[in-house]
Amino acid sequence: MDTGRFFIYLAVMAGVTYLVRAVPFVLINRKLTNRYLRAFFNYIPYAVLASMTIPAVFYSTDSVVTATAGFLTALVLAFMKKSLLTVALSASAAVLISSLLLSL
Amino acid sequence: MIKHGLRDGVPIALGYFSVAFSFGILAVGSGCAWWQALLISMANMTSAGQYAGLTVMAGAGTLIEMAFTQFVINLRYSLMSISLTQRVDDKFKGKYRALLGFGITDEIFAVSMNTGKSIRRSYFFGLIIISYLGWAAGTLAGAICGNILPEVVSSALGIALFGMFVAIVVPEVKAHRPVAIVVIIAMILSCILRYVPIFSAVSSGFAIIICSIIAAGIGAVLFPASPEETEAE
Repeated sequence: MDTGRFFIYLAVMAGVTYLVRAVPFVLINRKLTNRYLRAFFNYIPYAVLASMTIPAVFYSTDSVVTATAGFLTALVLAFMKKSLLTVALSASAAVLISSLLLSL
Repeated sequence: MIKHGLRDGVPIALGYFSVAFSFGILAVGSGCAWWQALLISMANMTSAGQYAGLTVMAGAGTLIEMAFTQFVINLRYSLMSISLTQRVDDKFKGKYRALLGFGITDEIFAVSMNTGKSIRRSYFFGLIIISYLGWAAGTLAGAICGNILPEVVSSALGIALFGMFVAIVVPEVKAHRPVAIVVIIAMILSCILRYVPIFSAVSSGFAIIICSIIAAGIGAVLFPASPEETEAE
């Protein structure tokens, strides 16, 4: 890719991405007092994570079968309140093991 | 406190390394030099946005197209930024927010909101710096030596970030019924947007915004925060 053109693309891309993140972060300086708004922003993290995970998690590996094995492993360990690292690595291990088993 | 951030950032960095690794391969495959792939990752640190940006570059799209794509896909970060402003401690403001705001990603947001108390800037910095290193190193490794990792290993790493999301959401769902209801609504909406043909034109970034706003909105109407919770949060 032409270097000059690349840097223009890069600047637009990085500029927009930065502003979308930083502008609300810098400008909003007080605690919300409205109880509905406060609840809304309390629930947002979980709503975002849930909609990012379902159904995308089932397509995150080489097959739906191995992804399901990984997802179920994560669910069980998370239910037992294991740490983030444990859950993440165990899910990966479950995918690895199940895809090796499938390829036998 | 940086130490705590670094520690909690380890799973993010591992997940990022693998995701960025595949980004590096893809970027070189679509005509970028290795250093261009690396610069894209270092200047943006956002998975979906970078993939989309690469598509615009490879297709020689217009700058308006580039700006609009990034805006739509990354608009969810604005929601996260606002949530974060309600949770950071008093010293985390002004220039610190301008600087560390760069590092607000899905995962860093999720992990920092999960600490259960006020977020310190040193903690947030620790989270960001290790994640950033994982993201940049993964991109570089993927761009330079794309095919060293066996297919089966990169496939397995693909689920790591989702595993982390599950680990954050499930304990909250167990503990709080309103959160459980919000999560169920979000999952149903997300499946509808994904599988019902009339919604197939909705981009994945925008779908996340729509699902989260509706689900959290219903949650807020049904279960608003009680007045005495004001300071507790």
